Amino acid sequence: MKKIKDTRKLKLIANKIRQDIIKSLTEAGSGHSAGPLGMADVLTALYFNVMEHDPKNPGWGKRDYFVLSNGHICPVLYATLANAGYFPEAELMTLRKLGSRLQGHPHRAALPGLETTSGPLGSGLSQAAGMAYGLRMDQRPNRVFCLTSDGEHNEGNIWEAVLFIAKNKLDNLTAILDRNYIQIDGNTEDVMPLDPVKEKYLAFNWNVIEIDGNNMEEILTALSPAKRLSGKPAMVIARNVPGKGVSFMENNYEWHGKPPTQEQAEIALAELEYWREKIVAGEEQ
Amino acid sequence: MTNKKMYLIDDLYGENIKQAPTRDGYGNGLVALGEADRNVVVLCADLTDSTRSKYFADKFPDRFIEIGVAEQNMVTVASGLAAVGKIPFVASYATFCPGRCWEQIRTTICYNDRNVKIAGAHAGISVGPDGATHQALEDIALMRALPNMVVVVPCDANEAKKATIAVGKIKKPAYVRFTREKTPLFTTEKTPFQLGKAEVYRDGKDVTIIACGSLVYQALLAAKELEKDGVEATVINCHTIKPLDGKTIMKAVRQTGAVVTVEEHQITGGLGGAVAEYLSENYPVPLKRVGVQDRFGESGAPDELLKKFGLTYTDIMESVKNALRLKNER
Repeated sequence: MKKIKDTRKLKLIANKIRQDIIKSLTEAGSGHSAGPLGMADVLTALYFNVMEHDPKNPGWGKRDYFVLSNGHICPVLYATLANAGYFPEAELMTLRKLGSRLQGHPHRAALPGLETTSGPLGSGLSQAAGMAYGLRMDQRPNRVFCLTSDGEHNEGNIWEAVLFIAKNKLDNLTAILDRNYIQIDGNTEDVMPLDPVKEKYLAFNWNVIEIDGNNMEEILTALSPAKRLSGKPAMVIARNVPGKGVSFMENNYEWHGKPPTQEQAEIALAELEYWREKIVAGEEQ
Repeated sequence: MTNKKMYLIDDLYGENIKQAPTRDGYGNGLVALGEADRNVVVLCADLTDSTRSKYFADKFPDRFIEIGVAEQNMVTVASGLAAVGKIPFVASYATFCPGRCWEQIRTTICYNDRNVKIAGAHAGISVGPDGATHQALEDIALMRALPNMVVVVPCDANEAKKATIAVGKIKKPAYVRFTREKTPLFTTEKTPFQLGKAEVYRDGKDVTIIACGSLVYQALLAAKELEKDGVEATVINCHTIKPLDGKTIMKAVRQTGAVVTVEEHQITGGLGGAVAEYLSENYPVPLKRVGVQDRFGESGAPDELLKKFGLTYTDIMESVKNALRLKNER
């Protein structure tokens, strides 16, 4: 797929994806709001600039792999895949409904473009590791990206993967930490503290890059091949605002696991439209 | 009568019958697969020697992946390897894998439809002195409940090699169960083996004994002894528990009208459970299950434990008589 380099265009796509997230969640009547909105910029960067992939040929052998480990934020992945051309955007309105390819948590066999099935937390990073290991065995240049959440780092399976990836120096793997400081029961540092997460990954022998996960320029720089270190896997800690773009959802863990009502959706879409106009006018930071 | 078409060894009940643990068959099967297909990779969780993954690791070090003591990571890394075209085999003791990583197997292998093979070693009570923590008695149940999973319990080391090779050639998740102790080698190269196809090792008209794993041999011993009492038993090696070969079971049970199942596993959820479910729906007949009676194992010598937990040929004979009593009361 042709890569978009103009960051303003990318920001507009991220805004469109946020609007699609709100619409699909409202229609679904259940699902997660905050996480998907927070990760819209990262997903936009991956699918419209960073990754090699072909929406018309999802099984393309030279594609880069994207593993969504925190499967519950799939509304952002679905909206991104639809906007990239993997399936008709109208299908986003079938989210979580009977017979839909857009299952409540992503199911690979249901929808072309998904690299795995996820939802139960903690297992995506290991799968990404297996992919990276297998690709390297065959000297294939494909990169593997894995999005994992901070709450998910409560799981032991994640730390098993962190050890394994470092041991095997899987530098074709880039993990991204969706660091939004919320999980279902509250703030991550109250539920099960993760900080200092940067130091933890450094101690595990990873190449760690910390960025503002809602800043398109910083995301692109962090994910560019130039930032890769030979022999070290990369962890991009993407600090971001959960619920980004919708004032009443931002940084509020109560929006982790619920969709907006029709009324709330209208306000949310109006706010996102305001931000879209700001991007067009070149005023958005 | 022993079924000649099964090509079992000539001196089937001889005192000097050769013995080998079924895990040896796993190791030998892996080597054969590794030679035939460069995409076969083997993973192990710090039990490389005792699971016999070592046979492969020694021969193909570049295709062997040491995971360390992390079973959840092992199966999920395997899922990722399968995603890029590899054929991963993972091994640990069955209590740990699939015991500890069931949900990962469910989501990232079965539901995700990844071509991963799971070897559960040291299954059953015959693990011996290590005790109950290391004696997997629930693994068949765990794996049998999963959609998309094939479950195989080979009866000796020869069949274990064939089973390993066979699951390597299908593009589906599979679980194969192995034992630690040496058990009689009573099948041969020529003994038929096909996934999903139960084999009738002995024909009889009075009762059908359906067994899996190394207790198939105990079932044959029981049948031989029962003959002296005038009871003719059919003995079926039901190595594939899922998909269950209902056709072969039904054909035998229609002739005999009574069934005894035999396995080194809890009587719920394993072979006995599978056969009981199938026959209850399709052809209800008196049925007795030889297996572990809803309890945990303990330390001891393997033969002592098999005796204590009621898994020897004399226990099978006893269950046969109970099944026949029920049949005759009808």
